[in-house]
Amino acid sequence: MSSTPTRDPQREAAQIRAHGWGWRHAGRHNNAVSGLDLQIHPGERVLLLGASGAGKSTLMHALAGVLGDAEDGEETGSLLIDGRRAAEARGRVGLVLQDPDSQVVLARVGDDVAFGCENLAVPRAEIWPRVRCALAEVGLDLPLDHPTSSLSGGQKQRLALAGVLAMQPGLLLLDEPTANLDPGGVIDVRDAVVRSLEHSGATLIVIEHRVEVWQDVVDRVIVLDPVGGVLADGPTREVLSGQGERLARAGVWVPSRPPRFPTRRPTGRPEALLRAEGLRVGRVPFGRRTASVVARDITLGVHAGTATVVTGANGAGKSTLALTLAGLLAPAGGTLRASSAFADGIGAEPHRWRSRQLLTRIGTVFQDPEHQFLAATVRDDLLIGPRALGLSVAEQTRRVDELMGRLRLDHLADANPFTLSGGEKRRMSVATVLATRPRLLVLDEPTFGQDSRTWQELVGFLAELLDEGTALVAVTHDAQFVSALADEEYRLGAADPIPLGVGAP
Amino acid sequence: MSLLTPSIRPSAVARLNPVAKLAVALIVSCALLLSIDWVSAGVALLLEAVLLIWSGLSARQFWLRTIPVWIAAPMASITTVLYGEDSGALLWQGGFISVTEGSAQLGLAIGLRVLAIGLPGIVLLATTDPTDLADGLAQVLHLPARFVLGGLAGLRLVGMFIEDWHSLTLARRARGVGDGGGVRGAARRFFGPAFALLVISVRRGSKLATAMEARGFGSDEPRTWARPSRVRAADAVLVCLGLMISGIAIAAAVLAGTWSFVLA
Repeated sequence: MSSTPTRDPQREAAQIRAHGWGWRHAGRHNNAVSGLDLQIHPGERVLLLGASGAGKSTLMHALAGVLGDAEDGEETGSLLIDGRRAAEARGRVGLVLQDPDSQVVLARVGDDVAFGCENLAVPRAEIWPRVRCALAEVGLDLPLDHPTSSLSGGQKQRLALAGVLAMQPGLLLLDEPTANLDPGGVIDVRDAVVRSLEHSGATLIVIEHRVEVWQDVVDRVIVLDPVGGVLADGPTREVLSGQGERLARAGVWVPSRPPRFPTRRPTGRPEALLRAEGLRVGRVPFGRRTASVVARDITLGVHAGTATVVTGANGAGKSTLALTLAGLLAPAGGTLRASSAFADGIGAEPHRWRSRQLLTRIGTVFQDPEHQFLAATVRDDLLIGPRALGLSVAEQTRRVDELMGRLRLDHLADANPFTLSGGEKRRMSVATVLATRPRLLVLDEPTFGQDSRTWQELVGFLAELLDEGTALVAVTHDAQFVSALADEEYRLGAADPIPLGVGAP
Repeated sequence: MSLLTPSIRPSAVARLNPVAKLAVALIVSCALLLSIDWVSAGVALLLEAVLLIWSGLSARQFWLRTIPVWIAAPMASITTVLYGEDSGALLWQGGFISVTEGSAQLGLAIGLRVLAIGLPGIVLLATTDPTDLADGLAQVLHLPARFVLGGLAGLRLVGMFIEDWHSLTLARRARGVGDGGGVRGAARRFFGPAFALLVISVRRGSKLATAMEARGFGSDEPRTWARPSRVRAADAVLVCLGLMISGIAIAAAVLAGTWSFVLA
């Protein structure tokens, strides 16, 4: 870079001290965090772990000063950054969150990175050198006026990181920064973080279920206890080996304790259900009439009791292929035909089937579970499919009760689906589809962002379905999912190889 | 190209300060709304047509974007000719419909007015980047940064609404409620996803707000601006042109004796 920004005297690594700290969100009965005593020295790199609900994100938000005031919750004890209250340490702390889409603020790359500097009233002449420097550090080699809307998930996360680095914080907070990324994006983001830390020497706290990605970067692991305080705290290897069993049970991906793969016991014959020949897939853009093709020359078969996984780089058209196979999008060319046994008396083209006819034939689990929730309670939502099929009330209830029991949703029967946790939402979205017993299940990134416990449950459950003769098509980046279940793998746009085993799932 | 990063060709108009463009559009609109007569609107439209040559829009872009105005103007015109207040000699009569000299003149005046206000408005907007407009509103007009930048960031979510809506509709089909049910079914298929979209959007909005706050936004401390929004001589020229167009149009109408002040 042509010029190095002047080093701010404030830009020393930050020190954190918590003393009996706790926080209760307004309107909640229990504390999100309580009795936390902690000291983190300047320049330390900490991996923060804990079961879901242990208060990891609450602590991160508190350190970033975005938890709100007395109206938003009740604070106990003290949480100090360099001896000042976290809320007053504006500009000392940078926070990168999980969702790439909700962190982009402005329309152009350069402006977005400059945004934080502007808010901290950095003089204009100093902002642009800082912006260029931050972009170089995260390895985003793009013109400053490049539109942010055209970035991939991994690039958006690196952009968010650059925006934070340009503020030159003494404390860098990363709240599951790579949970929504494909393996390539995960590595890019992690490497960008490592590079920037070598440059700034800032203190780092990262939350991440996937320990493997960060274990060589951090030098200390802190495990929060859901009932309050700290469960374990120490050097990375020590904590991971000492607490491995307990962490794995809490859903943390501990490298030395990989999840068990289910044993498959196929019962039926692999009868053909769907056949794609020279298939082209694409979506009709908003306001257009013809589809823009994202993948072509796809020839594959889908068979009962067989798991077909679709892999490939971002943007290769995996999701579009899945939606087409699921009968939700019309093919943009080529043919997609159902076998006569599968079609069972209706036409051979799935996209021409009526919505209700799809129910017993193809079930689709969307990448974002929220997109498929329809009712105000879990039970009502699960009843929608069986009701649309015109089943008797007794049968409807029987199916739904059985599913809720099997997927551990029974205690949530009256909860609003939107209020569930990430793992619960995923189990729920699978349950809604299974209530009508489709012969083919299409899943789009079913294990994205899931902890190891939900992962294991889900994979086990899918293996049972396969053994019972259900066909499975799954779009995934998750190498472990592929090893555990795949009978056939279809790679889209194989030009871009994906390193297996890294950052999965 | 998207809503927030429109493909704007570099041109004299594109380089102008958005606040100046906004001012011109307002000046011309106000002047033309003072009277409803065909001379003032016609003169303004003629003068604008000369200036629009420098807008930097290609012919295709120009027609594509201004097509609503070209449709609206004759419609408004014909409606007024047929149903407008009658005065002067009767030209044509058929049932309830009567065309008089007065209503024909009024129709012409309305049609020209829609064009004279609509065309420059659309062209000036089409050559303005929303980010530049926000910069101008905050730095030149000193509107509150929280309001201006909050709105700008929110605008970005519109593109995501479209994506979400698409997924929601597909998900409905997958869940067996994507068709059938007649009018009630169709209504349910619209309002159902609309509610889900609302929930998802509010969630996205609050996440974005947190991300912005985490980057120091929303405090009462002063902030700096990375992109200067300056008012240059060219901007003053533009505003003067706007004033001149308005002035000449009004003067022509008064001289021709067609001026009729709407508030009089």
